[in-house]
Amino acid sequence: MAERDKYQGGVPAWCPGCGNFAILRAFKEALAEENIEPGEFCIVSGIGQAGKFPHYVRCNTFNGLHGRSLPVATGIKLANHDMLVMAVGGDGDMYGEGGNHLMHAMRRNIGIKVFVHDNQIYGLTKGQASPTSMEGMVTKVQPFGVFSGQFNPMAMAVSLDCGFVARGYAGDHEHLKGLIRQAIRHPGFSLVDILQPCVSFNKVNTYEWYAQRVYDVGDGHDPTDRGRSFVKALEWGDRIPIGIIYRNDRRSFESRIPVLNKGTLIDHVIDWETLKKKLAETLHEFY
Amino acid sequence: MDYSIKIGGEAGQGIQTIGDVLARVFARSGYHVFTDQEYQSRIRGGHNFYRIRLSDVPVRAPKRQPDILIALDRASIALHMPEMRDEGIIVYDPDMLKQQFDGPSFLDIPFLTLATETGAGRIAANTVATGAVLGMLGFALEQLFDIMDIILRKKDEDIRKRNRLAAQAGRDHAVASCKRCSFTLKAAGPPKMLLGGNEAIGLGTLAGGCRFYSAYPMTPSTGIMIYVGTKAHEYGVVVEQAEDEIAAINMALGASYAGVRSMTGTSGGGFALMAEGLSLAAMTETPVVIALAQRPGPATGLPTGTEQADLFFALHSGHGEFPRIIFAPGDPEQAIRLTAKAFDLTQKYQVPAIIMTDQYLADTQWTFDRISLDGIPMRDYRADAGEVDRLDEYMRHAFTESGISPFAVPGKTRHVVVTDSDEHTEAGHIIEDAGIRTRMVEKRLFRKMGSIRAEMAPPAYFGPPAPGTVLISWGSTYGIVREAAEELAANRVGMLHFSEIYPLPGNDAFDYAGLLNGAARTICIENNATSQFARLLEAETGHRVTDRVTRYDGRPWVLEELLEELRGRT
Repeated sequence: MAERDKYQGGVPAWCPGCGNFAILRAFKEALAEENIEPGEFCIVSGIGQAGKFPHYVRCNTFNGLHGRSLPVATGIKLANHDMLVMAVGGDGDMYGEGGNHLMHAMRRNIGIKVFVHDNQIYGLTKGQASPTSMEGMVTKVQPFGVFSGQFNPMAMAVSLDCGFVARGYAGDHEHLKGLIRQAIRHPGFSLVDILQPCVSFNKVNTYEWYAQRVYDVGDGHDPTDRGRSFVKALEWGDRIPIGIIYRNDRRSFESRIPVLNKGTLIDHVIDWETLKKKLAETLHEFY
Repeated sequence: MDYSIKIGGEAGQGIQTIGDVLARVFARSGYHVFTDQEYQSRIRGGHNFYRIRLSDVPVRAPKRQPDILIALDRASIALHMPEMRDEGIIVYDPDMLKQQFDGPSFLDIPFLTLATETGAGRIAANTVATGAVLGMLGFALEQLFDIMDIILRKKDEDIRKRNRLAAQAGRDHAVASCKRCSFTLKAAGPPKMLLGGNEAIGLGTLAGGCRFYSAYPMTPSTGIMIYVGTKAHEYGVVVEQAEDEIAAINMALGASYAGVRSMTGTSGGGFALMAEGLSLAAMTETPVVIALAQRPGPATGLPTGTEQADLFFALHSGHGEFPRIIFAPGDPEQAIRLTAKAFDLTQKYQVPAIIMTDQYLADTQWTFDRISLDGIPMRDYRADAGEVDRLDEYMRHAFTESGISPFAVPGKTRHVVVTDSDEHTEAGHIIEDAGIRTRMVEKRLFRKMGSIRAEMAPPAYFGPPAPGTVLISWGSTYGIVREAAEELAANRVGMLHFSEIYPLPGNDAFDYAGLLNGAARTICIENNATSQFARLLEAETGHRVTDRVTRYDGRPWVLEELLEELRGRT
């Protein structure tokens, strides 16, 4: 598909066979099919293998700090709510270091689209447990296996009434592309958790492991039913649901801010003479 | 004429309202006013006080001895009676304090009874007290009535009328019963502005063209967010209460990257959380203004106390080496100008700018005849979208002679705007190349630093041309040190005040290092334990001060205390 060449970025520094390549391809194709030009969107990322993602896509990029992509994305979205603002990160970045920001971005329902490369392991630091590592997984740092419970991003998102909650799988290209397109179109906050094998460090959750378990929730699941969605979100083990787990039509944060109804902040041209007059009036309030 | 009034009581008793209203009446009546507050970290109970100084000449600091004490609780009498002037008067309501005090200093006024009798209810006891103080000083009540109408604008006319009656009853009672009142008010000038430290930072924020303010509430910085918040709709500012200070600075950086002027504000503990974001601002060359309103640490310290102990923290905060701009205003007028200047310089040089205040300055109010906005820089440094479009390639971090790269607004050009917290190419992409790294450090740090230093205004000097002693102050100690220097003027004492702290200004415009080196004694006065500014001054200018005066009990100096510290040294 030649259309996606316009998003051509740098050469990825990922391991051969990494699930990230499949996500990158699905992402570019989704953007092309949505007719979004490179200058029309912005990707914010943090640290980790997924944090390098925007360098491999031609786009407005803010590659910030570990776990901090969502507040940066929030600032960008509030400054320019006409721009498509996305955040990309791994399970460590979004669910570990940035967990607090994720929770509050969901509460705000700010129109940011979040794509999490969830490989259930720390790749960049070479193989420690992540928040989504399954209990019992043995690593060099956790030689007796992971003791902590596995973080469930889908259940947390449904419980916080997150606007759009979906899970994709790097090994199911068309399905993932469709989810990315729908997440982009959703006006509020979107979370897409993308299951992705780490061929270098995760010897448990392999392509084969996922292939035996993932299934599409399909038309039989009503993602607007929050109670049933929560039950669906809890599913993990022999069967792992992918697809849209939950969605609602909560108003986006930016649409509720009266100042932004008059247009984006970046288009509020500061007329210095007007500002000076206004300030003189404000100073008068102190007499 | 130089009178001090102290209002003491528990948190929640309304001492701030009484103080603010009195101060406003005095300012509107044309007097010079200075107010400060000491309060505890609680909503109710404890003991707080509010101090007002009024004069027919400029006043810039508190004095110790009150002429009038309004005691709303018994603790006020125990704590503040010993510091009263000999002729001072303690006004109180025996019913309210459930105790009768005897002695010539005491003026009994039944605040509660008078409030009830006028029909305004017990809630108007403070209004009675306010009227009583104005009566003691010989003020008419017209200014008070105007101010009350503003405060009670949402109440019906009947309530407003009863409150006016309550104030009148307090005034009449005081005039009739205060045998000892012999205050003589000199003629005053035209009405003055009464402006607080935090409000002034907020005004500077608006004057700096801020469009986005994100912060997490923390004493004593919260007043800035509140003031900007009340003006947000009128000025088109988005104010967002972030989930924590880490989010606050990252949101501000996101908005700034996207093309709007942004700011955050906090105190030391929150600034600690922002350290990583400060470093991010430097690496991505994203403009941001940070208000750092200090309070005593370490850790939670004295949450409502004051201190100037975060200078080195602000200077060195953030990993890696990068330039920054630090301002420390000494009064509200400086706070407006320096906050606006911080916005200008952070945009011009794409480096972070920090405004340092503290609880003392944040909660003081000063009077001004007028505040001029002339000379406040108002320039848009963003690259013109058309010009950026004409470039074959746009690079956010392009190497230039000045070190400053064109700042394009993402989404406004055909090019993409790329930046990275990793070391990056001119185009903003992650690299590990040694040569580019070296050139980037030179661009970000060395090329900009000289130009930034040239932007810094020299310290203000007050005193004789060749002083024998120079008092040195920075930030919030401006007012108290200036008053001390004036008291000691006969001893050839001058004073320097530094408000543009880092980089320290050069000596070209004003040879302040020469002035210091020529003086027999140089005394650096700081509200911290380790004389941080004196050490910065020595590191930057080579001048070693002869005396260091410090205070670190969480309180500001009053004039008499500072003069006591300086006794025998000038």
